[in-house]
This record gives sequence, structure tokens and C-alpha cells, in this order.
Amino acid sequence: MGVAPAATPPLAGFRPETREFMAQIVSRYPTRRAGLLPLLSLAQEEHGYLTVEAMEQIAAFLGLSPTEVYETASFYTLLHFRPIGEHLVQVCTNLSCALLGARPVVEHLKQRLGVREGETTADGLFTLETVECIAACGGAPALQVNGRYYERMTPSAADALLDRLAGER
Amino acid sequence: MSAPAYEKVILRNLQDPGYRGTLAEYRARGGYSGLPKALQLQPQEVIDLVKQSGLRGRGGAGFPTGLKWDFVPKDLALTKYVAINGDEGEPGTFKDRQLLEQEPHPIIEGTVITAYAIGAHVAYIYVRGEFVEGAKVFQRALEEAYAAGFLGKNILGSGFDLDFYMHRGAGAYICGEETGLLESLEGKRGQPRLKPPFPAVKGLFGKPTVVNNVETVSNLPPILVGGPEWYAGIGVPPKNTGTRIFSISGHVERPGNYELPLGLPLRELIFEHAGGIRGGRQLKAVIPGGASSPIFTPAHLDVKMDFDSVAAAGSMAGSGGVVVMDETTCLVRVARVIAHFFAHESCGQCTQCREGTAWLHKMLTRIDEGKGRPEDLEVILDVCDNMKGKTICVLSDAAAMPIESYIKHFRDDFEHHIRGGACPTGMA
Repeated sequence: MGVAPAATPPLAGFRPETREFMAQIVSRYPTRRAGLLPLLSLAQEEHGYLTVEAMEQIAAFLGLSPTEVYETASFYTLLHFRPIGEHLVQVCTNLSCALLGARPVVEHLKQRLGVREGETTADGLFTLETVECIAACGGAPALQVNGRYYERMTPSAADALLDRLAGER
Repeated sequence: MSAPAYEKVILRNLQDPGYRGTLAEYRARGGYSGLPKALQLQPQEVIDLVKQSGLRGRGGAGFPTGLKWDFVPKDLALTKYVAINGDEGEPGTFKDRQLLEQEPHPIIEGTVITAYAIGAHVAYIYVRGEFVEGAKVFQRALEEAYAAGFLGKNILGSGFDLDFYMHRGAGAYICGEETGLLESLEGKRGQPRLKPPFPAVKGLFGKPTVVNNVETVSNLPPILVGGPEWYAGIGVPPKNTGTRIFSISGHVERPGNYELPLGLPLRELIFEHAGGIRGGRQLKAVIPGGASSPIFTPAHLDVKMDFDSVAAAGSMAGSGGVVVMDETTCLVRVARVIAHFFAHESCGQCTQCREGTAWLHKMLTRIDEGKGRPEDLEVILDVCDNMKGKTICVLSDAAAMPIESYIKHFRDDFEHHIRGGACPTGMA
């Protein structure tokens, strides 16, 4: 509709193997749009967050408008629209974790990192988020770092974890 | 003192400490012997057999599984889909994550049985985005199952074809609601659909679709192997059969997933299986079926933990997430946490839910911070009343009902906060 697409190949901003995987994913569904969430996740994996260019290229590839892509993406809390830290620390503050001391862990991490919830440290190492139940209630209080679970957290256990992650660089 | 032992159906293999849930290990313990039995039957016979077993959905609603399948039109020419719900997000529940990470093959075997019964040739599993490890394990299991001929073309020489794909979520509780899940699978915002039409008639991509929970389908291989009479003999026949995995957390000595027959008293779950209240403290309250379920008090300890008994006692068996709270717990804080959750997860399409959850959260935060007003409790109850039965999906009810129950059973906690401004329990 309207202007013909520029003469760049589709998904030009992605690595060739990502492009290939994206095409393969779309073939699993009877509609191209159904590939949207998996493609956005792949884009985020490759770039660290969802850039406007990536969303536009995915929109073109799936036959959607950029607005449709953005309005869908913005529904989902795991998708980020700004750069985030190397380590995304997500502390569960839902019920079982709250009962067993999640709040003191969050307050401690805020102080140690010098950030508020949702912010990234100046060195780009850590982003701190509080999240809803992550299905780790049996090991409450729990948190995830880049998707990996750490359970039975205390302020000192969280300190040791952050020391270790900071040292991995 | 050791807790009474019961036959396990789903977590049986995981009792073996070295078990890793690979295809070879699963097969060595009898895995994939239910599927050939199903493929020898006519699809309708499989549906009837599952009906006889009495199996009900383990995701939250407890709907009879065989009946759900039977609603799908029998027209062979119609494209149909199976969608497996692995989007576990109900606070207090952590069983589906364990199944995905540690015992993926029964999910696959159960999905093939489901697809065969309803005549679907494509299935998707929607795995919660946070489950990074679960997704990795499950993807490997899918590849193993394809390589061994349990998925793909002409499964076990039966002529039946099924492709099974994993689809990962990206963070939204509402995508665990079955029509929210379908919207999300179609690449849209996960906003639930008006029902009817139900998914069995018009579901994924507009086609008849069965949506079943991960734990539900994990029951199917053992049901095919052991027979429906065997399964229906576990629990409380005829309507509350089999086992379920109770995720027990909070102030207990031994939190964890416990697979137990339906119908055991709540007391036994907490005091025998989960080891009782931590540090010998007193029990104050229990959430029996995930954050959406109205709260129980010590007076409810003899309630039998099956779908119908929990409902008769004024709550719901829901997702099987049992959250135990001792005397140090402030129910105002609990209400604030739960209200925050639902306000955060409301998809926003219905006014009563979008506004109601936000107002509940605001008012409960105010009370928790010692700024409550005398009229607040009546206003909260009025808001709750206006949130129930008026929306597209039940998230709104799921937010209102527990809050009402906290005020009903623990009004003192709330009034104390409003009068005195401070929390008597000093909960952190």
C-alpha cells in the first residue's frame, strides 16, 4: 500500500542466520502475523532491545504496519524499547516472595546499585526490575538474572551474586 | 514423622534422583506406551475413554477434559488445532515450570493423543517467556520426539501426522487465559475474546481448537496405559478423579510441588506433606488455589482439596497453588500485593477491570501506609462488587473475590491499620 519498499533486502539489519531462522519460524503458522512475538524476541536477543529499525523491518517482513508491531510489542513486559544492562535482575515481589522477605532484598539492591526500579546502572552492568510471580515460590524469595533463577535470596546472598556477576566481565 | 505416601501419576519418574527426563530415560520407564494404545483406537473412543477417566483441567477452571474435546466439530475436512498452555503465571503456582524443565516427554505424548482425538495436525505449546530453561529443555525434547517418529508424518506407522511447535510468550499473565493465549499466538496483544464462540468451535486462526494445560495432558499417557477405571479410582470418584500437583509455598517448613490424590484434607497437605508451619508458629491464613482464589482460615483445615469441595467451602481449587501464611502475616499487605498484581496484569480492555484493579491497588496501598480512611473498606467492597461478572474474561472477578475474602475473614487487620495507622505484625 502506498510507497514501494526500498531496494534493501528484508530484515537487512539482522545476521544472515537470524534472517533464515525468522523465515523458518514464520512458516510454522498459517498467518505471517503469528510469527510476530517470536521474531521480536529474536530481534531483542540480537540487539539487546527492540530498536525502531528492527520493528520496522519485522513489520515489512510480516506485512504489518510499524504501528501494529509497536502496539503489540508494548503489551509484553519482557520486550524492551531502550537499552538495558548486561545483567537484567528481576526480583519477584509477588505473594510467596513477599511473605519471605522480597522487599528487603529489593531495597538493598536499590541502595547497592544506586538505581530505582526499572533503571540501569551508569556502567551499563545491571538493570533492576521488580516483577510478578516467576513460578519459583518454592524457593522464595526468588529472582532471575537474564532468565536464570536464583532462589532463597537475602540481602547478603544478593550481594554475593552481584559480586560474582560483576566479576565475570 | 514421614508423610503418608500415595501413588504418583505425573511425577513418578522424578522420584528417581538421577532422572533427567530425556527420551531414552522416559522410554526406559514405559514412556510412549500410551500413544500406540490411543492410535489403535478410533478418535471418538479416545475421547470417551478420557471422559470415563474423569480427568478435569489442571490449569484453573477444572473443566472436564474429554467433554472439552467432544465439543470440537467432528468434520474431518475442518482444520483444527491443539494449543498447550505452558504460560503458568498464577501467583503461588510452580508446577508447570517443573514439568517443562524436568519431564517434557509426557507433555508431548499427551499432546499427540489430544491431537489424534480431535483430528488436529498442528499443535503449538505456548511457553511462558520467563521459562528460559524450560523452553530449552522442551525444544530438545521436541527434536528427540521428531527423530524417534513420535511427531511428524505417519506417527508410529498409524498414518496420523502431527507437527508440534513451541511458541514463547513475552511476559503477560493474561496470556494464560485461553483466548488471551490464542490472541497472543496469532501475534496480537493478549486480550481475551468474548465467549461464545468458544475455542472448541472458533479458536486459533478461527478454527476449532482445544486448549489444554501442561499438567492436564501429562495425565493422558498414564490414563491410556492404566485404563480409565484405574485413573478414576484415584481421588474422589466420580467427579474429582486422579492426582494433581499442589505447589505449596509460604510459611511452611518444606515448600515444594507435591503430587497427591484429589480430596485430601488441607490439613494433611500443610502439616504432613509440607512439614507444618515454619518455626512452630501458628497458621493464620491459606490461599488454596493460586492468587485468584478466596482465602481460607484455620477453620477450613478439614476442607478436602478437590475441585468441588473447595468450591463448596467458598473458594476454588484453581491452579493448585497453596500459599500458607503464619501469624506474622498482615492481610493488608497481602491484599496490597495481590491488588498490585491484578492492576499490573489487567489487559485494559474492560473498564470495570482496568479501573477497578487500579482503584483497589491505590486504596489498599493507602491503608497499608497508614493513610486509610474510615469509609475505605465499604468503598473497596463496593468496587469489588462492581467488578464481578461484568467483563470479557474472569481476571476482574479473580481480583475482586480474594480481596473481598480478606476483608471478610480478616477485617480486624484492615480496621487496625485504618484506626491506628500502623501494622500490628510489622511485616517487612
